[in-house]
Amino acid sequence: MSGIRIPLAVLAACLCLPAWGADQSAEIEQLKQQLKALQKNYQAQITALQKRIDQLEARQAAQPAPPPAQPAEQQRVNAFNPAISVILNGRYQAFRRDTGGAIAGFSPPAEASPGSQGFSLGESEVNLQANVDDRFFGNFTATLADEGGNTTIGVEEAWLQTLTLPYDLTLKAGRFHSAIGYMNERHTHTDDFADRPLPYRVFLNNAYLDDGLQLRWLAPTDTFVEFGGELMRGAQFPVGGSAHNGVGAWSLFLHAGDDYDESNSWLAGISWLSAEPRNRDTGAGDLFTGSSDLVIADLVWKWAPNGNPYRHNAVLQGGLFWRHEKGNFQPVGKTWLSYDKHQYGWYAQAAYQFMPAWRVGMRGSGLHAQNPGALFAGTALDRQGHDPWEVSFMVDWSHSEFSRLRLQLTHDESLPLSDDRVILQYIASLGAHGAHEF
Amino acid sequence: MKKSLLFVVLLLGLSAGVQAATRIFACEPEWGALAREIGGEDVRVTVATTALQDPHHVQARPSLIARLRRADLLICSGADLEIGWLPVLLRRAANARVQPGQPGYLEAASAVPLLERPARLDRAQGDVHPQGNPHIQTDPRNILPVARLLAQRLAEVDASHAADYQRRLADFTQRWQQALARWDKQGQPLRGMPIVVQHDGWVYLEHWLGLKRVATLEPKPGVPPSSADLAAVLQRVRQTPVKAVIRAAYQDDRPARWMAQRAGIPELVLPFTVGGDDRSGDLFKLYDRTLELLLSVNRP
Repeated sequence: MSGIRIPLAVLAACLCLPAWGADQSAEIEQLKQQLKALQKNYQAQITALQKRIDQLEARQAAQPAPPPAQPAEQQRVNAFNPAISVILNGRYQAFRRDTGGAIAGFSPPAEASPGSQGFSLGESEVNLQANVDDRFFGNFTATLADEGGNTTIGVEEAWLQTLTLPYDLTLKAGRFHSAIGYMNERHTHTDDFADRPLPYRVFLNNAYLDDGLQLRWLAPTDTFVEFGGELMRGAQFPVGGSAHNGVGAWSLFLHAGDDYDESNSWLAGISWLSAEPRNRDTGAGDLFTGSSDLVIADLVWKWAPNGNPYRHNAVLQGGLFWRHEKGNFQPVGKTWLSYDKHQYGWYAQAAYQFMPAWRVGMRGSGLHAQNPGALFAGTALDRQGHDPWEVSFMVDWSHSEFSRLRLQLTHDESLPLSDDRVILQYIASLGAHGAHEF
Repeated sequence: MKKSLLFVVLLLGLSAGVQAATRIFACEPEWGALAREIGGEDVRVTVATTALQDPHHVQARPSLIARLRRADLLICSGADLEIGWLPVLLRRAANARVQPGQPGYLEAASAVPLLERPARLDRAQGDVHPQGNPHIQTDPRNILPVARLLAQRLAEVDASHAADYQRRLADFTQRWQQALARWDKQGQPLRGMPIVVQHDGWVYLEHWLGLKRVATLEPKPGVPPSSADLAAVLQRVRQTPVKAVIRAAYQDDRPARWMAQRAGIPELVLPFTVGGDDRSGDLFKLYDRTLELLLSVNRP
């Protein structure tokens, strides 16, 4: 700055001097030139300073803004709590004719019935799951259901599964849904319809779950191939009575699946459940003792354009059921009758999401029972010359992954006298984000 | 006899060849591409999703269970991005090598500080991620810490090639730093550019380039915008003009298109991850392409 100050003083002194005359014009000219030089110098310095300021500003802007402060992690004693989720489920039903759940030619278990008319709370479910340690995963599901004014709490599932067994093996122990049949393993709140198709209802009481052991082997191939077997207590329908000192049933299953292409994937399964029911009671009083073999073959095909199910997707599934029961049947209020017959079932369904959040679906299912003969006339196994079937239509809306509203219309021909049903249902899940099986 | 012997030799050779490579299961394409950079010919990479799939909503397909079963290392974004499907895969595949806590289980989000950690956890806020926004790959500066972690884990899983992983990491780091300097320079004009995004998946990109997010089309993360939500955003865009509506290649095109048409601004489909369009085939091209697209709409 001193470089500027001194010439300024000189300049001031010069300006104060009066003009002496024409002979001094040369000196004035000289002073003018000095002034010009000074002005030039001054301007250059200002420009240089301005440039430096600009540069500094630009450099400051180029540096990233400091990341926003992270909220402090709180120490919590419950940090190791398992993932908890609650499923809420309620419905309104209206029937044209209440058949009480009877199905011609079959002795259906309690859960096969379509339930009661009007408003009702379905099963509310509380699920807890977590890794037990580095080797085990644990899962617990309790259900709360209202039956005749009494609230009953049930342990639906309570199992441990290994995570680190060698040789591609997985062992599960406890109470669990048997892996026979695609739907059997899955909870009803993940279904595409408000109720299960006829064969699941009459052959499995919606789903066979029991206490036991399950071993699976996953083949080390790029195609998914899984082979497994179960040993079960045999206390629940379609078994009952816990025969053979509490090992009353066993099963074998084979699952295979793969991607057909980027948009299509499939999963197929074939399963065999072999059971020895002892005084199996359907709840209505019909008893059965003998052997029961059930074979299920099913296929699920899922479509999502480019594997992105957000906007459009479709799920097709179908299954074939074959059951052979041999033993003695005691219809309610009658004597034991010898029974050795086959029964068959099928279902096929499709659900299509035509826009985000909205789906429509259609399902058909049917049954066929061999005629057990004249002795069975008037009992539940009397097929009355009729093959039961039903057809259902549904539309559902999911605002988010966690809520769903569904309307279902069912035309039911379980008996020679047909029925029509309207079901309005909501399903909501609270809490931990449960991962979805295929 | 000779034939069967030949067959046995072939089989042995094949299985030896298969065993030689470390199998990597990558949840998203960007981590698959990174695994190829660091692993080179010593790894075999399987990518679970494509750029056209929403990583929040992938189905736990049987093919994925089969592939995870054989993996030696898993690399995913983490921070609950894959919570809807990865836990099922991990449980069904029951592969001891890739369970959480093992060296073979790598969450990329654990290597970088996360942004947008919600102060309030409530499903009424939409599909929020408690640990912060998991879409870290939209900022290239986040790639290097993940690459370092990956090289370290690969060396643990497959010690015989540790030196190779280290060498490739050094090479990748050098090339990446050069690219970063180039991208920073290219991105200068984008500072302060106002944008609208469809999903809050771009917070790291905004942070890197200094973009200004004026609005988000989704009212809550993961909830599709209704027409009322779109109208509200349109109102804001009319008050505060923006340069573009940004969405990822996998997202529904209708909300962004609607907004673009009404507001008279371009709809910009950014690749979001490797393979998001035909000119973002690797990690370097991903950011080249992202910058190119952003610069193309940044005209005064």
